[in-house]
Amino acid sequence: MSRAGDFKRRMPEASSHLRRPVSLSQRLHMDLPLLLGLFLVTAYGLFVLYSASGQDWHYVKRQAIFFCIAYGAMFVAAQIRLNTYRYWAPWFYAMGVGLLVLVIFFGVGAKGAQRWLSLGGFRFQPAEVLKLAMPLMVAAYLSQRILPPNFKHVFVTLVLVSIPTLLIMKQPDLGTSILVATSGLLALFFAGLRWRYIFGAVGLLLASVWPIWNFVLHTYQQQRILTLFNPEADKLGSGWNIIQSKTAIGSGGLEGKGWLNGTQSQLNFLPESHTDFIIAVLAEEHGLLGVLYLFAIYALIIGRGLWLAFNAQDTFGRLLAGSIVFTFFIYVFVNVGMVSGLLPVVGVPLPLVSHGGTSIVTLMAGFGIVMAIGTKKK
Amino acid sequence: MPDSHHLKDHYKDARIFNFRLLMAVIIIFILVGVLLGRFYQLQVIKHQDFVTQSDKNRVQVQPIAPTRGLIYDRKGVLIADNRPSYTLSLIKEYLGDIDETLAVLGGLVELRDRDIEGYHKRQKQRRRPFQAVPLKYRLTEVDIARIAVNEYRLPGVEVEAQLVRDYPFGDLLAHSVGYVGRINERELEGFDEDQYRRYRGTHTIGKIGLERQYEGRLLGEVGYEHVETNARGRVLRVLERIDPQPGEDLRLYLDIELQAAAVAAMDGRRGSVVALDVKTGGVLVMVSTPSYDPNLFVTGISYKDYDALNGSLDLPLFNRAIQGQYPPGSTVKPMLGLGGLHAGVVNTQSSVLDPGYFQLKGEERKYRDWKRKGHAHRVQLHQAIVQSCDTYFYELAYKTGIDRMHEFGSHFGLGVRTGVDIPSERTGIWPSREWKRRARGLAWYPGDTINVGIGQGAVLTTPLQLATMSATLASRGELIKPKFVRNVGPEEDAREEDNEDLNETQGLKVSERHWDSVYKAMEDVVHSPRGTAQSINRGLTYRMAGKTGTAQVVGIAQGEEYDSEALKERQRDHALFVAFAPVDDPKIAIAVIVENGEKSSSAAKVARKVVDVYMLDQSDEDAPL
Repeated sequence: MSRAGDFKRRMPEASSHLRRPVSLSQRLHMDLPLLLGLFLVTAYGLFVLYSASGQDWHYVKRQAIFFCIAYGAMFVAAQIRLNTYRYWAPWFYAMGVGLLVLVIFFGVGAKGAQRWLSLGGFRFQPAEVLKLAMPLMVAAYLSQRILPPNFKHVFVTLVLVSIPTLLIMKQPDLGTSILVATSGLLALFFAGLRWRYIFGAVGLLLASVWPIWNFVLHTYQQQRILTLFNPEADKLGSGWNIIQSKTAIGSGGLEGKGWLNGTQSQLNFLPESHTDFIIAVLAEEHGLLGVLYLFAIYALIIGRGLWLAFNAQDTFGRLLAGSIVFTFFIYVFVNVGMVSGLLPVVGVPLPLVSHGGTSIVTLMAGFGIVMAIGTKKK
Repeated sequence: MPDSHHLKDHYKDARIFNFRLLMAVIIIFILVGVLLGRFYQLQVIKHQDFVTQSDKNRVQVQPIAPTRGLIYDRKGVLIADNRPSYTLSLIKEYLGDIDETLAVLGGLVELRDRDIEGYHKRQKQRRRPFQAVPLKYRLTEVDIARIAVNEYRLPGVEVEAQLVRDYPFGDLLAHSVGYVGRINERELEGFDEDQYRRYRGTHTIGKIGLERQYEGRLLGEVGYEHVETNARGRVLRVLERIDPQPGEDLRLYLDIELQAAAVAAMDGRRGSVVALDVKTGGVLVMVSTPSYDPNLFVTGISYKDYDALNGSLDLPLFNRAIQGQYPPGSTVKPMLGLGGLHAGVVNTQSSVLDPGYFQLKGEERKYRDWKRKGHAHRVQLHQAIVQSCDTYFYELAYKTGIDRMHEFGSHFGLGVRTGVDIPSERTGIWPSREWKRRARGLAWYPGDTINVGIGQGAVLTTPLQLATMSATLASRGELIKPKFVRNVGPEEDAREEDNEDLNETQGLKVSERHWDSVYKAMEDVVHSPRGTAQSINRGLTYRMAGKTGTAQVVGIAQGEEYDSEALKERQRDHALFVAFAPVDDPKIAIAVIVENGEKSSSAAKVARKVVDVYMLDQSDEDAPL
């Protein structure tokens, strides 16, 4: 490199012939394997969505438009320099928290939850901002400290994590608050949080189950957890979703009933089939093989993402990429776990497959950041 | 910024991270293993079970709506009933082509655009799979037969027998009983999970009046049945059934006979009549005229009907009895006179000079009596009430002062909600210094006090408040809390819960002497030849205590186009009358407002007709068999 640099300095017009060829994808800061994975899951997702929405083109079109916006966001995010991210992280974080506070006073919503801000007819969910701001903030903070972080730094990180988490939980939006908290805590984990803290926290968590159950959780959240363990108890109410989704998955078998042939989903037994419960549709119509195919694509995305994190040039990039990619995995795990009846139904969509615009845009912007990290030149 | 940048070891950082990354990968493998294991369990091991289950999904859980609780008047007359009605409903999941189905149906029964529009609206609302959505209500026998014959070509079309709320007395009770109507989108959005479950199968919800207030008790508990259907959704057999529990019945204090008498006595004029049972606070009569037919709202009112009601100058949808706020005028004088006696600022012998007006010392302004030349040279309390002398009460108010008047009037329920068990009650205004500062941002002036003395100025009361005041007078100071419902649930549980509210002493201890003086004066309002309500005393077989009042009509909106006749009529004074009877053992207290009735006697006549019916009824009950 340095000799080429010298040469270039001496003979600028000759350099174009001698420079090591830089591919288009590198110049655009795109990581091809990761991009391939994202394209595959987008295509498969739209394919499943058409069936899950009751063959409604309207949904598919809307989703496709959101994907266009999301890929745009990803592309833009990939162009931004890492130092810029680091510099702006605290501001971005502060803005996100500020918006969450605004939601308390001016938020709109339905069914008792207050999650959106409405700006001249355009509604958006400030909690989504935190999905990116949180890992950025924690990674920016910890990357400038000596690792593994000492007690004070761990404490500061926990404060940074809990403020938005509690604000989101208050809305109430349990699913999003879990994801936001996870993304911050994962950065802390990657920064080498000492095991004694981790085990201490786990111990504390187990000890606090009783008070949390009694004083923090809303009745509907308690109900969701209870029906998880005994879905048959409330056939008409909250147990319905789990019974129906398990039936859909189980009846799909190895090969599935075929595209558009799932009786559970097509006959509308399965509620929210195009949003949170979409994997049940996939499992019913494409069987275990379809599920494995989806998992394989996810594996490609997550594996490549972690590889980029591994090769990142500095601590900030490593923590950030590691946290974003692992959070993506948590997304998948929580959603699939809840639909298959392993975890309580907390309202987490299947990433890049469930219908719903804002989460797709934030997810893709996150991958844009990962690409920015992965394509940074040495 | 970093604590010690030179100590930061980037290789160590990378080492730490890489180790953690490895841990993360291991965790991912474990968790993915768990998920795959779960899917293997569901999709391979238990596959057959779930296939059976999926097929069995033809076995459905169908909600059965509970029967809504009934409402009876005090004598057991049914005033809110459930009547069977046949509804044409569609189940979207079984429909072939919806437009085609609608076309076929259109050839069989009359489908208006409104029905189809309403159906599409309801179909869009949140609903369970396989839930039937109503298309047309109130099918005739012929309709049912035609659909039955064509059933084979109408998959997903159902005729459901439903119980629909029916109000046999129509507009007579609309303002108290209220009505149920279809659950709208806003209400549905406000439901929590439990309500959502309870309203499965139920299409209507109490919108106003008792129907809304007691919604939770009237509704009942939803039941369900497991039914097996064929592929088109027709029920083949019922496997299991949990019966719904009907809602609880309401038994009221309301007397349908009295109510009818009051409406008849109003004779088409606008206004309100409220009568209370003095012993219990039970609402015997609540009239607000004009009224409307609540049955119109039950299955959805047409835009035309609604516009007619909503646009009417006479405001039929407005419940004057609890929402109409009127200046009470002279009807508050007995209460204020009692307050004056109690405070010791007047006694029954003290008198006031009555030149036909009252003046504050050092002020020019004359507060005029309604009688230009005054009632007599000097007027005492008794005469002041009997003839409704304003001058006397100007001075009494001045002497009592606003603070004491406010405090005393509050014991009679003025300026606060009575707490009656129907929603949307308004508070009226019983002014005080504090109120004026808060509401108007102004200090209290002596002139304000003078006007309160004759129930004008800022004073506003609802007819229900006036009836409550009258009942509180009748019970010698025990504040009455009006209520409609005598008991909820089966009749054998009926216990007279009455006196629970009455037992609380409201801290009003007025000497019996003072009560007697005021009672005597109120009695003479009706029975003495000089009383302002003497016109109703002919042929009275019992003793009635009353007080007349008139209230000037203010605030006709500028610029609204009324034709001049109607305008004139609407600018006349409101006529008011409060009363209780019989004087020696008061049982019924009543307040009447006839809007633009001009002469207070027009309100007094309404009161007499209602109390007559009540007293006649009482003597029937008391008569030995």
